[in-house]
Amino acid sequence: MLSVLDKQVLKKLSLEPKLTTSALAAALSTSQPVIWRRIKRLESLGVIKGKRLLLNQELLGFGVKVFLGIKLATKGAISLDDFERAASAIPEVQSIEHVLGLYDYRLRVVARDIADFERILRRRIMTLPGVGQVEANVLLSEEVLSGPI
Amino acid sequence: MLDDLDNRILRYLQNDPESSVANLAEKAATTSPVVSRRLAKLQQTGYVLGHELILDWSALGFEVQVSLRVTLDKTEPSAFDEFLSAARNIKEVLEIQTFLGMVDVRLSVVARDMKHYQQVYKDSILVLPHISDIEALMHISTIKMDRRLPI
Repeated sequence: MLSVLDKQVLKKLSLEPKLTTSALAAALSTSQPVIWRRIKRLESLGVIKGKRLLLNQELLGFGVKVFLGIKLATKGAISLDDFERAASAIPEVQSIEHVLGLYDYRLRVVARDIADFERILRRRIMTLPGVGQVEANVLLSEEVLSGPI
Repeated sequence: MLDDLDNRILRYLQNDPESSVANLAEKAATTSPVVSRRLAKLQQTGYVLGHELILDWSALGFEVQVSLRVTLDKTEPSAFDEFLSAARNIKEVLEIQTFLGMVDVRLSVVARDMKHYQQVYKDSILVLPHISDIEALMHISTIKMDRRLPI
């Protein structure tokens, strides 16, 4: 069971990626070792799966983020593993989710610009094993909320 | 402008976000003080924004994760703003993204189970303003989620 402090730690850390443990301790009027122990406990409970480095994509030259909905062309004949393995190996593919509904997979792709995206789409995505219908939506904005913690 | 060493540091740090300065220095074939200075500068100049937690919602008791693709009624000029500000108030919404394409907005929603999801969908989602169409993708599994940049 999570305590009030655990929930505050999770909430603050998910909303403010810049926060250091000392700043977090000060904000929650407790000490750094207490916060550190809480984080370790949340990690051992499996609630915190890991950390991800958050980089400024625009500054690093990646101005385009696109989400792709992909439907496999021939289900059954092509193994899902083949598709997943090949898609995972594309460096511009940042995430892959297996979903149920209108599409089979949801991919997040970064590109330097639209021309670069077209190259990735033609040379890498359309050549994936079993790929069928592809829908692309260009990301305009995104915000992360703390969710029901 | 970033040089080769900056890029190498970012690359190693992306692969192992909790890597120590000493560890990074060893991998980048330089010294710890150099890495510390470079990291401080990458943070100051805004290249490094911080660390993001990866939470396991099922460990928190939320077994159902759904991606809702929403098309809005764009004949109403304030549709986007009103929809977004109302969606922000739904506790079960984890992420809000806006798009250019077939879909206008995507909401990432978690629920404890299917019964809870139905309740959230009916009581909180369907009452959001200016929805013209809504479509759900049920999350089955995550194959890749590192969000690494190809630098």
